[in-house]
Amino acid sequence: MKTNKLTPYLFLLPGLIILGAFIFYPMLQAFWLSMTDYNMIADAEFVGTTNYENLFQDDLFWKTLTNTFIYLIGVVPALVIIPIFLAVLVNQKLKGIGFFRSAYYIPVVTSLVVAGIAWDWVYKENGLLNYVLDILNIISEPIHWLTSTQTAIFAVMVVTIWKGLGYYMIIYLAGLQSIPNDLYEAADIDGANWWQKVTRVTIPMLMPFVLIVTIMSSIAAMKVFEEIYIMTGGGPLHSSETLVFYIYTEAFDRLNMGYASAAGVVLFLITLVLSIINIKFMGKDNTA
Amino acid sequence: MAISKAKANNPIIKKFFLYMLLIVVTIFMIGPFLWLLSTALKSGSENIFQYPPKLLPESPTLTNFVKVMDTFPFWRYLFNSVVVAVLTVFLNVLFCSLAAYPLARMKFRGKNTIFILVLSTMMIPFQLLMIPVYIISLKLGLQNTYMGMVLPHVTTAFGVFLMRQAFLTVPKELDESARMDGANSFQIWWRILMPLVKPSMVTLMIFTFVSAWGDFLWPLIIVNDQDMFTLPLGLNMLQGTFTSDWRLIAAGAIISMIPIIVFFLFLQRFFIKGAMNGAIKG
Repeated sequence: MKTNKLTPYLFLLPGLIILGAFIFYPMLQAFWLSMTDYNMIADAEFVGTTNYENLFQDDLFWKTLTNTFIYLIGVVPALVIIPIFLAVLVNQKLKGIGFFRSAYYIPVVTSLVVAGIAWDWVYKENGLLNYVLDILNIISEPIHWLTSTQTAIFAVMVVTIWKGLGYYMIIYLAGLQSIPNDLYEAADIDGANWWQKVTRVTIPMLMPFVLIVTIMSSIAAMKVFEEIYIMTGGGPLHSSETLVFYIYTEAFDRLNMGYASAAGVVLFLITLVLSIINIKFMGKDNTA
Repeated sequence: MAISKAKANNPIIKKFFLYMLLIVVTIFMIGPFLWLLSTALKSGSENIFQYPPKLLPESPTLTNFVKVMDTFPFWRYLFNSVVVAVLTVFLNVLFCSLAAYPLARMKFRGKNTIFILVLSTMMIPFQLLMIPVYIISLKLGLQNTYMGMVLPHVTTAFGVFLMRQAFLTVPKELDESARMDGANSFQIWWRILMPLVKPSMVTLMIFTFVSAWGDFLWPLIIVNDQDMFTLPLGLNMLQGTFTSDWRLIAAGAIISMIPIIVFFLFLQRFFIKGAMNGAIKG
């Protein structure tokens, strides 16, 4: 086995150049920028922790951080639990089941811009959703889903959940199909009913997948941007504005690059905590 | 209790309920798109804001599609989207497989450090990096270029990890015997390993394609020349232009949805399989 000592590094080179130029160097620069005042025109000026101090005194920052957590609390449980039921449903041996699996996956492959427009139209005052709720006698007058401070963030949340369901369903489907059949046969012999099989066999065996989905969906929820940008623009009155939306507008509308970077660092730290929890769990279970 | 148990055990009734449930969920999942399609097919004389909403168009027409194709440079945006997605997929598979090869099958100094460094990039949100990456891209003259949209995404920890796992499953004897026959490392990688990990490669290709195709935030930042817009950017602008004419917005959205749906329907087997592979390995 004679190879040149440089060989492994040559193979790694293109990838490492990209990661260096577009991840590692930018990361250092993001930390540095967060301690400067920079507007893309004048040179960056070092201001120490001023950006962070201003950030923590900015009500809008706290508002967007709170919204991000509301998002997290709303989206994650839905994306952890509902796809389990969908996966069980499409794991049945039924004719045409492939069609349903594909149909549930379509929102995953569609761009968020199309999805946002489709839901925008569903949410219109005279639209489909108000009509359906009206004939079901759930509401007595139309709700302004995307233009009311009470409902906007939740309306957008539904779109995030709807778009993610199929993806996590497939992860659970992989989990379901990895459960050995003899566990169910043994349960049958013990006279277990459907519900007992679900709670005693399926759910325990799915736990590693539940953890993966929990972390994946919480990191995704932290970074929500497109739905908000397309459907509400953060409004009304910032009621649906999330942290990433705030970073985007500070950086690219107001050109407060340093200040926006400080908000980015906060986002990074929160994501880091979620990721560390992730690795702890994944480290514990390599079988998943 | 006894009756409901008998019901639950009756296979025909059980099947009936399962199908009902499957159909209800289908309506929820693709209903918004069908409602959009119905709107796009409604003629100008039909009131699309009437209440109760009309689910089916009175006299379906394609005029909205024709109209929107006149103002919405669909083919230009489609071309841009295809170039960006294909370039991203190609470079991503290439760079990730190249990097994964030594990490899976060679001994060298710093191997673990490099691997951990690569994996650690998974924890860094692009939203933190977008500001410096934007500044760097401007300096490199990447604004309004395909490369500008593509380069930041052509090496991913997920890709390196997936390809490394795939290479690890190939028996080592294969490359040893190839080496005896005089093959060099590059030939072993290209001729022996790559053909044997096709399923993982397809998984990576599909995942990368879908994320490059749907990407919105980064193109929004790096592109301001409308000639370089991808479909999502173009559609977003269309929505701004025709705020009052929902028929045209709906038609534009449906048109821009067609390519990825066609792609998906052709490759759906691989999608589901690939996603499952990704889940198990990732």
